[in-house]
Amino acid sequence: MSGFTRHRKSGAAVTTFTAFEADLLRSLAGQLIELLRNESATEEIASDDLEDLLDFSGPTREPEDPVLARLFPTAYPEDEDAAAEFRRYTEADLRNGKAAGAATVIDTLEDAGLPAEPQDGLFIDVELDPATALTWLRSFTDMRLAIATRLGIEEGDEEFWYSLPDDDPRAQVHDIYDWVGYLQETLVRAVGG
Amino acid sequence: MSAPSPVELDEPVTDDLTQLATPWVTIVWNDPVNLMSYVTFVFTTYFGYSRKKAEKLMLEVHNDGRSVVSTGSREEMERDVQAMHEYGLWATMQKADAP
Repeated sequence: MSGFTRHRKSGAAVTTFTAFEADLLRSLAGQLIELLRNESATEEIASDDLEDLLDFSGPTREPEDPVLARLFPTAYPEDEDAAAEFRRYTEADLRNGKAAGAATVIDTLEDAGLPAEPQDGLFIDVELDPATALTWLRSFTDMRLAIATRLGIEEGDEEFWYSLPDDDPRAQVHDIYDWVGYLQETLVRAVGG
Repeated sequence: MSAPSPVELDEPVTDDLTQLATPWVTIVWNDPVNLMSYVTFVFTTYFGYSRKKAEKLMLEVHNDGRSVVSTGSREEMERDVQAMHEYGLWATMQKADAP
């Protein structure tokens, strides 16, 4: 396992993944896209008012899925109407942006040689220019928020996760969460953050 | 934490109209997921804050649970909140004089 480093000449952020690691990242990015597309960004309207029925510009209520609720927080906690308006005008763009970011991660890995069925012994060299590195950083965040919400990670609960037996699936998922965090930490450093 | 910072950028140059109205603020809240290095990176990259100021705000988020990261018109703060959500930070907005 190795993190990102800064290539001295080009300034690009570079790393080498095993085929297994690259495939795991592709799978996380793919799940993120599926989740973002899954629960509709618009909503069923429980109203027979003509104006309401004709308004499908965007969602106004917080998503039901807790991961989506974390990815798209309520902007005005004290003002329901303003929060609904903000959501209507921003959530669809935010969803598309996050899905496009995850798709960029997949494209980068596949352009770097990750095949549909990765074999052992294959290594994937990844080189990220500054714009792509920024996209990856954001997508790492989305992946980590998604995993953390599903696991129920809280502030300062590291001991609990490390005390779980190795064969506990939650321990394995937490290892992946830690790994993506390590990649993100090294990528922040590689881009000069 | 209370040491004066040489670069204080949180008062943007505003026109008279904006100054008459109560300003709005963008608040970033602590969460157990985002890395301290990443939060600092977001504050320098998006707001253009100095590293020192970005770290100060990040530590406020981390230690106090929240920090006011920008001040301005309602429209400006909506842009900032949306940008913070793009970066995966938990951000909200309110009037500057709200409790």
